[in-house]
Amino acid sequence: MEIFKQTNFDFLGKKWPFIILSLVLTAAGLISLAVNGGPRYGIDFNGGALMDVNFIKRPSAEAIRSALHKRLTGEIEVQEVANSQEVLISTNARDEKSLQAVRSDMIATLNAAFNSDTGGKLDIENAGQTALADRLRDPLAQAGAALSDDRLQALANQIANYRDTHSGLVRNLDELSAVPGVTPKILGVIKQECFAGNFNIRSFEFVGPKIGADLRQQAINVVLIALGAMLVYIAFRFEWIYGVAAVIAVFHDTIITIGLFSIFRKEIDLTVIAALLTLVGYSMNDTIVTFDRIRENLKLQVRGSFTHIVNLSINQTLSRTVLTSGLTFLTALSLFLFGGQVLNGFSFGLVVGIIIGTYSSIFIASPILIFWQNVSERRHRGRGTPVFESRPRTSPNKPVKNVKPEKTVKAVK
Amino acid sequence: MKRNLRFKFFFIVAVILVCIYGIIGLPKNKAELIANWHNSIHLGLDLRGGTYLVLQVQQQDAFNDKAGSDADRLKDAARKANVPFSDIEVDDAKTLQDATKVAITVKGVPAPQAGTFRGVVSEQFAQWLLTPQNATDYRLTMRPTESLKMWQQVLSQSKNTIDRKINVLGLSEATVQQRREDADSELLVQMPGVDDPARVKQIIQTAAKLELYEVKGGPYASREEALGQSSGILPPGTKLIGSASTGASGSGGGVYLVARTPVVRGPDIRDARPEQSQSTNGWQTGFVLSQDAAKRFAAFTGANIGNRLAIVLDGKVLEAPSIKSQISDQGEIEGAASEQDASDLALNLKAGSLPASVIYEQENTVGPSLGADSIRDGFYAGIAGVLAVIVAMLVYYKKSGINATLALILNAIILIACLSYFGAVLTLPGIAGIILTIGMAVDSNVLIFERIREEVRAGKAPLPAVDTGFNKALLTIIDTHVTTMVSCAILFLFGSGPVKGFAVTLVIGLAANVFTAVFVSRFIFDWELSRPKPVAALSI
Repeated sequence: MEIFKQTNFDFLGKKWPFIILSLVLTAAGLISLAVNGGPRYGIDFNGGALMDVNFIKRPSAEAIRSALHKRLTGEIEVQEVANSQEVLISTNARDEKSLQAVRSDMIATLNAAFNSDTGGKLDIENAGQTALADRLRDPLAQAGAALSDDRLQALANQIANYRDTHSGLVRNLDELSAVPGVTPKILGVIKQECFAGNFNIRSFEFVGPKIGADLRQQAINVVLIALGAMLVYIAFRFEWIYGVAAVIAVFHDTIITIGLFSIFRKEIDLTVIAALLTLVGYSMNDTIVTFDRIRENLKLQVRGSFTHIVNLSINQTLSRTVLTSGLTFLTALSLFLFGGQVLNGFSFGLVVGIIIGTYSSIFIASPILIFWQNVSERRHRGRGTPVFESRPRTSPNKPVKNVKPEKTVKAVK
Repeated sequence: MKRNLRFKFFFIVAVILVCIYGIIGLPKNKAELIANWHNSIHLGLDLRGGTYLVLQVQQQDAFNDKAGSDADRLKDAARKANVPFSDIEVDDAKTLQDATKVAITVKGVPAPQAGTFRGVVSEQFAQWLLTPQNATDYRLTMRPTESLKMWQQVLSQSKNTIDRKINVLGLSEATVQQRREDADSELLVQMPGVDDPARVKQIIQTAAKLELYEVKGGPYASREEALGQSSGILPPGTKLIGSASTGASGSGGGVYLVARTPVVRGPDIRDARPEQSQSTNGWQTGFVLSQDAAKRFAAFTGANIGNRLAIVLDGKVLEAPSIKSQISDQGEIEGAASEQDASDLALNLKAGSLPASVIYEQENTVGPSLGADSIRDGFYAGIAGVLAVIVAMLVYYKKSGINATLALILNAIILIACLSYFGAVLTLPGIAGIILTIGMAVDSNVLIFERIREEVRAGKAPLPAVDTGFNKALLTIIDTHVTTMVSCAILFLFGSGPVKGFAVTLVIGLAANVFTAVFVSRFIFDWELSRPKPVAALSI
């Protein structure tokens, strides 16, 4: 099967709609950033605490927020996770003192608000294995079902495993009879000592202000160094103008992606930075493939204006570009759809970035090359030292669509 | 040509075997297979569940302590040398940044004795730099080389103590390391598989600084009342310590006036264990002192029968019993709430006290249920992505698509084997990296196949077409891989934790990809084309 047999689209002729699209997207992104006071940083960069709680039956976000507000300082934000009973509770309290106790405060508040009076029983949703074993040891002996330490540990392990493979929640203690090793007598003891709470703490993260500032600095450094390194590499493999064009294209990709994050109110954390760097590498790939072709065609002394050569190169690599982008997009999309909530920001960045990265090679990087070529020709026309070494044209002057006359060119390297 | 092919074939088979061995070893049965598989893939904290902590050691505690004990020694030394003084006080460092600036101020040394005083300081307190403030006052600050040494010492002692505490808890896979190489004061603790982080944090954070002080007065209801007793200023050589909020032993509550320097300190404790209390029906923690401390303690208790002794844990008075008789090397701390409490306290006392307190700067706890879900999600996403790619390749490139698929599978095997051999840790972003590698791996194949198609279209025969296709695409493949690897390398160097995992899998995947796309794929083509039945046209 071959979709692109021998295409001859005039990409560069039709570049303006896409450039305008880019400008519009960039502007939209920048406006969104300005309106919202910068991108929405996750706690990695802002500092604060984030708790992921899975409920058996999720209460309203408002109820959760007001319950926590009474005890915790700082802004509490409760975000419901789509298609599940999970919530993400975050607070941006930034001073170290309040952060030390925030975990236990949050848990205590949630317990008080959403777990009915428990009479001192152990919450089976959040109990560690050792705590569970310790709790059951004596009552089991009293009920005549004493277990050796090893077997008790193994039992606690089995119960914990059962709970963890069911999204961390045991809805009803009777479910535990399905766990190997739980006899009716043991189940009775469990019911006596434990209760099935309403929520399970899936994860907890907090970042103090110092580390937050560290990570922010690190992220900025990483991105700048990566861009710089690539500029150097490309300038080394091609001429420096190619490097500049590639970096501008990549810059454009990054800014639009960050803008889209802002428009869709998605958080930017460390994994998103990793995604940004990946798509920087990926967009570079794309651009390099096209540039390679351009260079090869120049070396072969293909006839025609520079614009024509660039157009030809893009057409020649079109099949590869679309297919690779398509397939990489598919893998990123499957990550976005099936990869779970933790990677959501990361995969969104990739999905969006791949699309933008692909069209930026065609409609941003290449036009920059041509624009530069025109500018430098205009500059050097009087002085007779062209940017690219030219050879005398052997074909008669053809009227061309562009206003400015162009010479045939040949690569220096 | 034939011999070349055979050599290549064996080479590829050898690579596959080495990889499979790296992943599952030589299992004798299914159980061993699964066990080896689990052992070779190290799951990161975010997939396995566990806790990641960054703590900051409050160096100023240790520096203040040292200044305090040195100030007392200075007083003794000055008295012995007959150097009068009106006051020797410690100017405490309040924050971490100021830790090294702690100072001892000496007031009222008469000018004639200045020389003797200087002599005493330079002989016995060489770590301190003496700066005269005026004719009779001096200020001692720590020399920069000494404070640097002490800083490092406190940091490594804290690291070792926390390491010990964690080991005693049975967390064999936990690691404690300095977070960065520079002179910061941060420790990184990683505890995979921990499902009760609150208890571990509590244990780590408990400095378990046990000190026994001579009680000079109290208990007073509050600081104001205590100060009121001595007309607003504390008597020389004393300080106030509040008691722990729950006066479980009954003699707590309020504020005590104690001697400034403790009789017995944390490092003097040789052993500790939880015991069932004889008198009450609860638990207590018994401790045993070292030889030197035992002598000092015996001398002290012998001379102070009838007076009270304050047992201070982490700066709060636990209890203040009266000394009934001479005690030399053993003691008990009563009033533990449960066996767990008594044993936790014993653990803390045994593992040694932290030289300084710690505060938490970052914590990331992933519960085991989230870890299990993440693995499952990552797995499904991976399968979906890989299937989509394989189907697309087969449909678009027909039989050559099989080449690409085989190369892809080999790529995955090499990637997993490398992770296993390097002992690299697989994180959730790492899984994402694997999935991305699949997507990018296909790029190399596409580049090559497109070139081959071009050559075929230009009229070349299959063999030269394949040849030229591979050769021309090689340079582009190298270019694209190098740029992505550069960004990965930077991510690896400057990133942390999960992001590093992502960079590692992507880099290994790309490297493996160059091998499979160029070498293996080429081999399969060559092999196809070198078969006796001549191939009329490439299925591509």
